[in-house]
Amino acid sequence: MANALTPILLFGLVLTGWLSLGLGSVPVSVTAGLLDWLQGIQSREAMIVAEVRLPRTLLAVAVGASLGLSGAALQGLLRNPLADPSLVGASQGAALGAAAVFYFGLFAAAGSLSVALGGLLGAMLALLLMLGLAGTGTPSLMIMAGLAIATVTSALLAVVLNFAPNPYAMQELVFWLLGSVAERGLDSLYILLPSLLIGGSLVWLQRNLLAGLSLGDKVAQSMGLNVIAGSRLTVLGAAILVGAAVSVAGNIGFVGLLIPHLIRPLVSHRPDRLLVPSALAGGMLVCVADMLVRLLPPGQELKLGVLTSLLGAPLFVWLVFKERRKWL
Amino acid sequence: MALIAVKDLYLPKRLEHVSLQLDDGELLGLIGPNGSGKSSLLNVLGNVINAEGELTMQGEPIHALTDLERARQIGLLPQEAAVFWSLLVEDVVALGRLPWRDNDSAMINEAIDKAGIRQLLGRSVDRLSGGERARVWLARLLAGAPRVLLVDEPVASLDIHHQLSVMDVLKQHAIPGQGVIVALHDLALAARFCDRLCLLHEGKVVAIGETAEVLTEDILFRTYGIKVEVDLERSPPLVMPA
Repeated sequence: MANALTPILLFGLVLTGWLSLGLGSVPVSVTAGLLDWLQGIQSREAMIVAEVRLPRTLLAVAVGASLGLSGAALQGLLRNPLADPSLVGASQGAALGAAAVFYFGLFAAAGSLSVALGGLLGAMLALLLMLGLAGTGTPSLMIMAGLAIATVTSALLAVVLNFAPNPYAMQELVFWLLGSVAERGLDSLYILLPSLLIGGSLVWLQRNLLAGLSLGDKVAQSMGLNVIAGSRLTVLGAAILVGAAVSVAGNIGFVGLLIPHLIRPLVSHRPDRLLVPSALAGGMLVCVADMLVRLLPPGQELKLGVLTSLLGAPLFVWLVFKERRKWL
Repeated sequence: MALIAVKDLYLPKRLEHVSLQLDDGELLGLIGPNGSGKSSLLNVLGNVINAEGELTMQGEPIHALTDLERARQIGLLPQEAAVFWSLLVEDVVALGRLPWRDNDSAMINEAIDKAGIRQLLGRSVDRLSGGERARVWLARLLAGAPRVLLVDEPVASLDIHHQLSVMDVLKQHAIPGQGVIVALHDLALAARFCDRLCLLHEGKVVAIGETAEVLTEDILFRTYGIKVEVDLERSPPLVMPA
């Protein structure tokens, strides 16, 4: 099962992506649209498929993959199935950075990328503060430091909302925070894809550490793994992934927490084998959720982050019940 | 030549200038009251914590080895061994190959047979009894095929049957070219299985040598503060509080 899982998920992801390209208010042929676009033909199909739906689909997949992967990495590192990307403080830092852009109009020169840029800088700043605070500490100390930074940034975000210059600015900010991959444009991928590559590589290179840590810090250390440096690199990788995802798409809740949970039994609970399937499943989930958002009747749009939370919460309750049965 | 030699090992408040050596093919028992420094010593040898002092392996300074090379030579099984996920028995054993960065199934199978856990394959470790789990931890350690095993209190919570089976596995590893250092609280088990004993007290070596030299009523009274009855002529040897 574990060996077939990655190809199955990969196939599912490609299929989901294809369906997402075909889904919208205007029915078009995906194949024709993509072929026209690749040949540089300015047809209606090419416009709709390649310039509207392709960025949105790729964004949804990349955001989901980033969140799923970072969740799997953090849960493995902390050996805690409840660890969540927001624990390292990167999500909140990104949200604050983006809010600062809305509020002060920073990076106006970057145009549509200004919000994402602000978010990424915010995530990086939160991460540096967290690593500085944690020192050369253990993973649990890192989480405490991450929570401390997350609390501070959440408080500052509340201040920004409190003093929003006008109701429209506040509404824009709140909507952005609710999470969405709509109308982001291909530019956002220039931030997201390199971050996915760099953060993903950092995490992937530490897969032996994650496997070794399942036997405890001492055993991992005695098996020649560098626990302290490896833990920091894993947190760094996870923060880059989360920071980029949040800075581009706002808060997409539950993906980082839930996806590793669902995948874990399928990989015999091995934290190292959890990484790639979690990224693929995360991409698939966010892509499907975004398709649902588009399928809902037009009017007031349901935000993607709201939908993932609505879907994720009952699933989480079910997981609690499943866990409870084990103890009875 | 000594497999491992330690000279003047110092770790503030835990090890006070400890010197000892593990001979080739030897099962060396580390005994002493709680807090005497047994675990600290094993953790230093197992590269978990650093201490001042000289550490050599077959005459060569151990610091010349990289962490990975050292892990291939010396394997540690800590006292509070645990697994954090519901891993399968065979996956836990396979993790023992991490120092080699491979998945050598021949070595993994050999370790499974040495520890006698073939019947446990396919089961999740969190569904095993304490005795079964102890043997799975041992198999993980053996899968890396280290020359030297460092084992901290492997029988502390086991029934007498499993105590003997774990000690048998350790004894079988103590052949020429290899060696074992095991920390034990059960002095009778130590007398029965170990080639030599090292008695630690408050971070210092109180006595080291043949069983009969270390397990005397006088030395034990001075270390543990109670009268202990010792009969090493008996088979198996008897060492118990009077």
